[in-house]
Amino acid sequence: MSLRGRGAIVGIGEVPTRRIYEGRSMYGLCAEAAGMAIADAGITKDDIDGLVTDGVALPPAIAEYLDIKPNFATGVSMQGASGATATMVATSAVSSGICNTVLVVMGNSRQDAERAGRPAGRGAAGPSVRSEWEEPHGMAPGANTGYGLMYRRHIHEYGTTEDQLAKMAADQRFNALENENAVFNGQPISKEDVLNSRYINEPLKLLESVMPCDGAAALIITTPERAKNMKNKPAYVLGVGLKQGEANIWQRDKFTETPAVDSVRRALEMSGYTPSDIEFAEFYDCYTILAAMCIEDAGLVEKGEIGPFYEETDTTYKGDFPINTDGGQLSGGQPGLAGGFRHVIEGARQIMGKAGSRQVEKSDLCLVNG
Amino acid sequence: MTSAYDKPVPIPANEDLTRPFWEAAKRRELIIPYCNSCSNLFFYPREVCPNCFSKDLAWKTMSGKGSVYTYTHVRQSVHPSFQSANGHIYAIIELAEGPRMPSGIVGCEPEEVYVDMPVSVVFEDITEESTLVQFQKS
Repeated sequence: MSLRGRGAIVGIGEVPTRRIYEGRSMYGLCAEAAGMAIADAGITKDDIDGLVTDGVALPPAIAEYLDIKPNFATGVSMQGASGATATMVATSAVSSGICNTVLVVMGNSRQDAERAGRPAGRGAAGPSVRSEWEEPHGMAPGANTGYGLMYRRHIHEYGTTEDQLAKMAADQRFNALENENAVFNGQPISKEDVLNSRYINEPLKLLESVMPCDGAAALIITTPERAKNMKNKPAYVLGVGLKQGEANIWQRDKFTETPAVDSVRRALEMSGYTPSDIEFAEFYDCYTILAAMCIEDAGLVEKGEIGPFYEETDTTYKGDFPINTDGGQLSGGQPGLAGGFRHVIEGARQIMGKAGSRQVEKSDLCLVNG
Repeated sequence: MTSAYDKPVPIPANEDLTRPFWEAAKRRELIIPYCNSCSNLFFYPREVCPNCFSKDLAWKTMSGKGSVYTYTHVRQSVHPSFQSANGHIYAIIELAEGPRMPSGIVGCEPEEVYVDMPVSVVFEDITEESTLVQFQKS
């Protein structure tokens, strides 16, 4: 059985991503985003009988906060891929009849970590592979060091240049300029600004790396039959694919290959489309190098050709092939796992025709990589 | 040996599992888990072989030779003790025998490091308990 066309996104909500929301919490921000998505769908919370979160926000806590009692609830715990995975799970749930209308929600408050007495976004929580084998050698907190390793290897294998990937960051910033939900809205940067930003983990630079932020996002998925009677033009889920990769980057065989090789192939097979059919793309971009490798692995460009692609292609929302039309995480900000979720939200927003001044010209078929 | 070592020391996830590795390092030996059942050499150490699930595991002594598979020149603030004007190298070493492991590169400037650079193991007694396994240009 296929999930093709079995899930319809009928409402979206996004609390604008900001560096910090003083006095707010993850659950409070999630509830706000949920309310926005429910209102956007033109339903009431009583219509919701399914709940999927990133797993950081615990489903029972979200249900209690919103005073809903869904028949299906789960948290996916898939790190950055949680948004896309949650959308897949929600589609599966409405398709199978376990429930009819699912709220998918996730968000982040950096103050929550402070309140709990731990530094936000730092290294290993307790003894781990990381604390034993990585941190003694000077691995940076968070994920930066691993992506520096991948970037160096991509340069070595394919001759990719820092100049080429800087163009990605600059294109995405253009896309964020008129997006009030993006943390860097109204703050233009050039390719040279990216190249001149300081090295974090060379060759990775500051403006090629996400900024941890606060915010939340939510969407409503229901069956196509129910969607027909709702107010929005839905965004249909036409194909899904997942491939689980390693937890620690250095455990993978090829540092320049991502699980998108398999996940995108599966999603496209289900949809019946090929990479050349895709009109625009929303790709997980914690760092330029990861989005770059995933775009290659998706088959949108040949492996190793992402550098020339960016040199030749305008990827802004006005361009030949729009990518990360809301600015992505690099210019939109990363509110925890809602950062990866923003790619699903923006893909749906464009398909639903709700992207306002940054609406892409061809917006019927989007490839989202979470 | 120094009593004032202030960088992060290795904190084992399961100290019973990896004690032989750290004791070997103290006597200047690099050992890597080996599966007696399927001959798999693997790293990091696990309680069962990630290839065949066997618990019949041993340790094999490595030559200590290898090469830089990839690296990054870390410039950001990592830990106060890693602060220096020019940062440090964090590398993935591919051992001659196959397995890969994270390591710093000692004994040369960060700018001298390159992918495929031949390296050999060095041991540094960082505390009474811990000996760090690192690599230098060979």
